[in-house]
Order: sequence, then C-alpha cells, then structure tokens
Amino acid sequence: MQALVATDIRKAFGPLEVLRGISLKADKGDVIAIIGGSGSGKSTFLRCLNLLERPDAGSLWLNGLALDFGDGDRARTIAPATKAQLRRRLGMVFQSFNLWTHMTALDNVIAGPIHVLGQDRKAAREAGMELLGKVGLADKAAAHPAQLSGGQQQRVAIARALAMRPEALLFDEPTSALDPELVGEVLQVIKALAAEGRTMILVTHEMAFARDVATHVMYFLDGRVEEEGAPDRIFTDPRSERCRSFLRKFL
Amino acid sequence: MVRASTIAWVKRMELGVLAWGDGGWGDELARGAMVTIAIASAAYVVGSVLGILFAAMKLSGSSTLRSLATAYTTAMRGMPEMLVIYIVFFGGGSLGTWIATNVLGVRGHVDLPSFAVGVVCIALSVAAYACEVIRGAVLAVPHGQIEAAQAVGMTSLQRNRLVVAPQAFRLALPGMTNVWQFTVKDTALVSIIGVTEVMRSASIASNATKQPFTFYLAALAIFIVIAYLSQRLFTRLQQSADRGVRWGA
Ligand SMILES: Nc1ncnc2c1ncn2[C@@H]1O[C@H](COP(=O)(O)OP(=O)(O)OP(=O)(O)O)[C@@H](O)[C@H]1O
Ligand SMILES: [Mg+2]
Repeated sequence: MQALVATDIRKAFGPLEVLRGISLKADKGDVIAIIGGSGSGKSTFLRCLNLLERPDAGSLWLNGLALDFGDGDRARTIAPATKAQLRRRLGMVFQSFNLWTHMTALDNVIAGPIHVLGQDRKAAREAGMELLGKVGLADKAAAHPAQLSGGQQQRVAIARALAMRPEALLFDEPTSALDPELVGEVLQVIKALAAEGRTMILVTHEMAFARDVATHVMYFLDGRVEEEGAPDRIFTDPRSERCRSFLRKFL
Repeated sequence: MVRASTIAWVKRMELGVLAWGDGGWGDELARGAMVTIAIASAAYVVGSVLGILFAAMKLSGSSTLRSLATAYTTAMRGMPEMLVIYIVFFGGGSLGTWIATNVLGVRGHVDLPSFAVGVVCIALSVAAYACEVIRGAVLAVPHGQIEAAQAVGMTSLQRNRLVVAPQAFRLALPGMTNVWQFTVKDTALVSIIGVTEVMRSASIASNATKQPFTFYLAALAIFIVIAYLSQRLFTRLQQSADRGVRWGA
C-alpha cells in the first residue's frame, strides 16, 4: 500500500539546479535510505517533501493528500492550511536536532500535540512521557536541551516527531552531528522504529546501518537518482560506476 | 584634620534643607523621584510595545512597512530629543488651539498636559532604540528552531508565540536593560516643558535656598539609587530567563 509518493521533484536556487526531477515511492513500512556525495541534493529533496523548500515542479501524494507544484510555475502558492496539514502528517528529524532550547525535553515533545493537534495537556503529557521512555529518556523529561548530550537531544527530537503520530518520518543525517560514541544510541532507536513497521526516509552516511535497516536505497548524484534498488544489490553490486566509487570510500 | 574639614563642609551644606514637610525640600524631591520613575516606566512600556510593532514591520515581507519603520527609526535616532519634545509640545499646542478656534469655535489657548506629552515623547525615542534591540533578538533565534516549529505544522502565529517570542525576550534583555537606563536619564529632558521630576524639583529647591550643590547632589543620589535598583531587577529577570537555557544558569 503506497504511503508517500513524490513525482519528478525539481528545485533550483537561482541558476543552480539542485534537483533535476526526483521521484520516490514509499509503501507503508518501507525504509528508504538516501545516500550520495555532499551537495548532491539529499537534504534539499527531504526538505521539499515537507515543504521547508518549495519545489519548483513535480507533485506529492501522502495517503490521499495530493499536492501539485505545477511545471516551473513558481507563482502558484500552496495554501498555508495544506502546508500545515502535510507537515503535521510527516515527522522530521534534523541533523542539528533543532530542539527548542527554552523548553524542557517533555515540553518539546508535547508542544506539537497540544498546540497543533489540540490534544489536552494531561493526555499529551502522558503520551509524551511514554515516548521519552521509549527513547530511553524518561528520567530527562524535566531537563533542558543544554543539559543533554547530543545523542540525548537527538532522541528527544525523535520523540518530538513521533508525538505527532506521523504517517512517515524524515531523517536528515540524524547522527552526523554526533560524537562517534553517541551514534549507536540514536541508530538503535531508529532501528527499533523500522522494526515497528514505520515508513521512513533516511538520508545517511552510515552505510552499514543503511544496509541493515533499509528496504530500498537511492543513490543521488548531481540532483538525480543515479541508481536505486535493494540494499543488498546496491551495496554489493552497483551498476553505476559513480555509485561504485562512492561506496568504495566507505569500505 | 580630614574629619574636622568634612564636618565643616557638611555644616555649610546645612542638610536641614533636605528635611521632610514644610521646613525642607525632602518631600518635594521624593515626589520628583516618583514622577521620574512614573514617566520612565510609562514611556518604557509604551515605547517597548511600539518597538515590537516597528520590529515586526522591519521583519515583515512588505517592503512598504519595512521602509516606513526604517524611516522612523533613522529619523528618531538622528534627532535631538529636546527637539522632539518641543515639536510635540508646542506643535501639538498650536494644533489644539487651531482646532479649538477653527473647528470647535472656542476662543483661547490649548495647553497639552505636559506629563502625557513627556511620556509620549520619550516613548517615541524608546521605540526607535527598542525596535533595533528587538529586531536583533528575533534574528538571533536559531533558524533551525523555527524550521522545527514549521515541521510540526505550527502556524506562523504559533511559531512566533511559542518559539520566537520567548527566546527573543531572553536575547533582548541585555539591550533592553540599556534602553531602560537611558530612559531614566531622558526623563530629565521633560523638565523643560514644566514636568516636576527630579531635576526640576532640585532646581526649584536650589533656587529657593541658594544651595544648588546640595540639591543636585541629592538628585545625583536619587538617580544612582534608581540605577542600582533597576540593575538588580533586570539581573534577576535575566537569571530567571536564562534558567536551564544556558550552562550554569
Ligand atoms: N537555500 C539555498 N540557497 C542556495 N543554495 C542552496 C540552498 N540550499 C542548498 N543549496 C545548494 O544546493 C546544493 C545541494 O545541497 P544539499 O544540502 O541538498 O546537499 P546534500 O546532498 O544534503 O549535501 P550534504 O551531504 O553535504 O548534506 C548544494 O550545492 C547547496 O550549496
Ligand atoms: Mg545534507
């Protein structure tokens, strides 16, 4: 069953064409790993999926919610309500965590449910505590982000995304900003989410992890999908020479 | 030696003139201090609200609003405040007189209430400085946190209320502490339109007693006490705003 479909997404920053027509299909429960060199457009594509960047062309479909960005027709605006609806149905986890520093861990988690979903405070707190427990941070509910390690902050950020009960989760290099010894705890949480059958799009440089959890891998090159397929095939026998030499750097 | 001369000096100052009630000027000075604090507080609050408004204009997507706000802050910061006070007070008075005679058909001269004019004039200048402080604070809120708010589907109003405002408040506090300190000093200017704040009280008293040094020294003491107490208040505020956000706070 299809959950998230992006078709022919294009995006340019001025004269720089960053995405030259990228399509993605995620069925429910798919974990799609996006890999590729720096500047190949991975982050931009992910940001286009929840409209942090406005695509120039292409279309999106999320469980029945359809958005058409026209064909190079930048003037066409997306209604704020549509944008908000798409965003609250997609969870996003950033490389730099982006926790709200003036709020406690728990408040970070429950702000969305309370203010965006209109949940009552008590129910949101209970659900929030449960989620913090799930990422192993029940005892840090009252801590502010400045009092947490990077790995803990990222796990709070994951709980914050989960609290919205998203239909799919987007991760942009969730472990790239972490000290090596903190990477494992975050990957473990993501792996548990994959095992639950959550739909996830994951930009990562952790190749072993991608191979382990992904159901599908996409290799980006210069704003295009140079190669995609099952992880076992991509990582053992890539057809594209560029993909092969890219992967060699990680061995 | 030192002691004897100090005592002689203090005697010459005849501190009895600072007594409370009919015999001295202490109560007049205290009333002046209250007026100073009242003008400064009212101007600070009104000016800060206007400052938020101008900052919002400067940060808005509309180029018309942006240029309006920029024109205002540039003009206001380049103008001597005394000029602003004269223009509002006398200009407003003339306008009032003109309206009274030509529109309402009443003869006579209109005087604006000097306290209110003083508050308005100082607030107008507070607004220009507060605008820059607030704008800087809003821009200093990390962009990633705003994107995180967008990513959970918050409306721009929710984003501003829940994420931007609380952090901008904390970031603006040091600058707004400065703005308060010069707001207090600026109150001295409204003595020129007859508001009896500290400076005017001291000047009236020194004219009456021929002891200017005593009364200006007293005025100095009042300003120092106000500065000291407000510094403590703002430090407290900063500490509570920083709690949890910064290490060691
Ligand atoms: N807001 C922007 N304005 C202008 N250029 C941008 C903007 N965002 C990204 N770019 C450019 O688009 C290109 C793709 O950037 P993107 O961040 O998507 O790459 P990436 O694949 O995520 O790289 P990395 O692995 O380094 O994160 C880069 O050349 C980048 O400089
Ligand atoms: Mg990136």
